[in-house]
Amino acid sequence: MLEVTRRYHFSASHRLHVDSFSDDENLRMFGKCNSPFGHGHNYTLEVTARGDVDEATGLVIDQPVLNELVESAVLRDMDMKYLNEQVPAFTQAVVPTTENVVNEIRQRLQARWVETFGAAGPKLARIRIIETRKNEFEVSCD
Amino acid sequence: MRITRKAEFSSAHVCARPDWSEEQNRRVFGEAANPHGHGHNYILEVTLEGPPDPVTGMVLDLKTLKDVINDEVIEPFDHKHLNHEVPPFNQVVPTTENIARELWKRLDRHFPEGGARLQRIRLWETQDLYVDYHGPAGRREAS
Repeated sequence: MLEVTRRYHFSASHRLHVDSFSDDENLRMFGKCNSPFGHGHNYTLEVTARGDVDEATGLVIDQPVLNELVESAVLRDMDMKYLNEQVPAFTQAVVPTTENVVNEIRQRLQARWVETFGAAGPKLARIRIIETRKNEFEVSCD
Repeated sequence: MRITRKAEFSSAHVCARPDWSEEQNRRVFGEAANPHGHGHNYILEVTLEGPPDPVTGMVLDLKTLKDVINDEVIEPFDHKHLNHEVPPFNQVVPTTENIARELWKRLDRHFPEGGARLQRIRLWETQDLYVDYHGPAGRREAS
């Protein structure tokens, strides 16, 4: 077993805000992240696959296929966007905290993982987002 | 307790099987199959695990780890063409996965049971790609 991690990059804006909170409550809860018109980050997304090394090729995962999956399932939708207004998962009640962005990306990748790599192929092991140089968010997927 | 030492080496490689056609190699390995070779600045992270010695306060003298990495990895790999100059990559495709497994083999025997053990090899091929290997037996139990 071996884990292969590929990093991807996307830039997006978001605003942390709960509609049912008062302005004061939102400010207290989210501070600067509640700034009314949104703010943005250069997100680094790490996708980790775990599997056995194919002894013929020395590879765990077909990386161009992984790149295409992440591009079509995540980056095309989120790169250079305002998450609160342009990504359906975040236009209603779900706050686009990076925790929730991690979970949204996990759901999207898991929904297409087996059809892409096969039941006997590598597994989705971990998703991590580096939001700034100081903040990271990570979830195990198995 | 885990301690990690980093090292860098710069090497050339070709990801292709000699028994496959160039077309088949291109299909599987993409640009990395370029028969002329290409290169990377690899970054290696070696993690050892063990209890700190009660007298010295150290899991292992990092100088010892540095010397092992230098002898087993940097000297043989740095500024070399892996396929041509570093066995077994004359026969094994030098993918990041296979390099990580080879590095484990070279390093693990220096850290036998009873002392600090090799816990993880992390090998960065580029800033956007790394592999983690915990050895053929999988993750060792923490001591």
